[in-house]
Amino acid sequence: MSASPIAWQSGTVAVAGTTVNVARGGSGAPVLVLHHDIGSPAALPFYDALARQFTVIRPSHPGYDGSARPDWMRGVRDIAVVYQGLLAEDSATRGRSDVSVVGLGFGGWIAAEMATMTPRAFRRLVLVGAMGIKPERGEIADQALVSYLEYVQAGFADTAAFERVYGAQPPTSMLEQWDLNREMTFRIAWKPYMYNPTLPHLLGAVAAPALVVWGRQDRIVPLECGERYAKLLPRARLELVDGAGHLVDMENPDVLAPLVTRFLSEA
Amino acid sequence: MHLMYFTEQPMSAYPEQAGRDFGATALMFSNKHFDPVAGSRLYHEYLEHYRLAEEVGFDGIMLNEHHNAPFCMQAKCNVFASILAAMTSRVKIVLLGNPLPLADNPVRLAEELAMIDMVSRGRLVSGFVRGGGQEQLAAGVNPAYNRERFEEAHALITKAWTTPGPFRWEGTHYQHRVVNPWAVPLQKPHPRVWIPGVLSKETIIWAARQRYPYIALSTEIEATKRIWQLYDKTAAEVGYEGGPEYRGYLQRLHVAETEEKALANARQFMWMQGEFTGLAHPVWSSPSGYFSPSNRTAFVEFAVGRRSNPRAAALEDQLRDQQIIAGTPKTVIPKLRRLLEETRPSILGFWAADGFVSNADTKTCIRLLGTEVLPALREMGKELGLWSPFEANAPVGINFPEPARPAGAAV
Repeated sequence: MSASPIAWQSGTVAVAGTTVNVARGGSGAPVLVLHHDIGSPAALPFYDALARQFTVIRPSHPGYDGSARPDWMRGVRDIAVVYQGLLAEDSATRGRSDVSVVGLGFGGWIAAEMATMTPRAFRRLVLVGAMGIKPERGEIADQALVSYLEYVQAGFADTAAFERVYGAQPPTSMLEQWDLNREMTFRIAWKPYMYNPTLPHLLGAVAAPALVVWGRQDRIVPLECGERYAKLLPRARLELVDGAGHLVDMENPDVLAPLVTRFLSEA
Repeated sequence: MHLMYFTEQPMSAYPEQAGRDFGATALMFSNKHFDPVAGSRLYHEYLEHYRLAEEVGFDGIMLNEHHNAPFCMQAKCNVFASILAAMTSRVKIVLLGNPLPLADNPVRLAEELAMIDMVSRGRLVSGFVRGGGQEQLAAGVNPAYNRERFEEAHALITKAWTTPGPFRWEGTHYQHRVVNPWAVPLQKPHPRVWIPGVLSKETIIWAARQRYPYIALSTEIEATKRIWQLYDKTAAEVGYEGGPEYRGYLQRLHVAETEEKALANARQFMWMQGEFTGLAHPVWSSPSGYFSPSNRTAFVEFAVGRRSNPRAAALEDQLRDQQIIAGTPKTVIPKLRRLLEETRPSILGFWAADGFVSNADTKTCIRLLGTEVLPALREMGKELGLWSPFEANAPVGINFPEPARPAGAAV
């Protein structure tokens, strides 16, 4: 991958009575990138690769990674509504018809909810290892029963990838942030855990072409959820990434980034 | 003084090696290891102990509730409260306590407790707790809203007890269109509420603001003094004077005919290895959102194995600090005197045995407590002015400044 650095800018946006931290970088058509339930490192090669071809808008979800926690929030659809508000007001996206959304894991659930609210609004949709649909045969892994470290590690197919991203001994501040993020996840997605029983019924109206990507070794969200997303979204296709777990963007950006940028660039 | 008998009702008849092999003896340790034949036998032994405790002179029987673990067979304190309501005639039935956040329907709790109060002829003390982290997971309730659910359920239950129905409740966590239970407590304005806890500042402050006695669960003496300092300071802020009638303490205390026997049985207080609640993954006992934010740093390090559990202490340390007292009546009485002089509680619970202490030894302990220890404590209590809420006719809570009274003549 090219080594040219992207100049990311951080700021806050006021929306729905709360403030959301937003990182922005790159240039080109706008792409909203929605992070995993564990939060996100400030910088990732995957984000940089997207920013080379698109204007990347990467918020930290309300209550995650230092974005203010709105005590009133009760569900994942609330975050989707907040982001719809953000897109409607933001100078980079307001009134445009070429806004795409890339949702990673939990962020993919948010992206799917957003798409059901404005079924013609987005140019393209990418869901990577997305939560949101109840698996029929397997279960979505329950983070409540494992430590923060174990849950993040379980998101990788290979321990070496975990250490590349987080180091062998993540500092206490990282553990605290994971706990804070998990607390927000509990506040809004405790039960039913990590899915919305009504979502499958609403996806059929989504007009945007959709790319559903799954790590073949995803131990958090079963592949059957990806298969269902690809079936329920009318213009979707499914791609699998070998050697990747749930956190495909962190584990295998060299495969995921070209897949996603090519898809987003298609006419 | 108000002197209570307590047991965790340990499910001691489970295969210990299986628990060690599994690495945990709480929440996820399979109940295939629960033998109901042994469970039935143990329940009957515990009932025998309760009968004996009333017989030998205890003022109250303390009950608690835990889920999914061999260390405690009381999966529902109201069940044993109901049994005792019919089976006993003099002792107070002290629930410490109903884990309110586990209830998706607090009105049902209000009904059950009113029934228990009436059947027992006004002997219920209805303590409330937040419930341990594991209990939230076992019951499927959201740990992130634990405190909110606790406070709202408490408000709803006390309203159901004291405001004539029907009324409607549109709360944050509970919504009821018709609150009108045809079960109303005998005691007026309502059964006493006592709040047990360990070191959580928020819980101590909440209890003091409600003017509910706080029951410190086996905390070390210096820490206990700090609890009472905080309680009394809060009481003063709210407009009353704290003191013995607001103070309770749970003491692990095993008494036997010889020192050696007592010490051997005291080892059983360490039966559930690790924290007294059994071996468990730290994130089970403290799921995210459950514990005080001020403890977050220490906890997250503990959860990934970088710090040892700040609460566990070796048996020798606990004996030295008197968190466990074991001996003959002659040697335990001075130690209890020290507890009374230094921390001045009027309510004492004696956790008399745990683990594999035999049925016979438990009964001997109860008898010795009744015949020798309790009378000595009552004398000390009078001398030190440690009047229980009953003796002091203390108000039931901050909203009811008059002393409590039963609804009608006691039968």
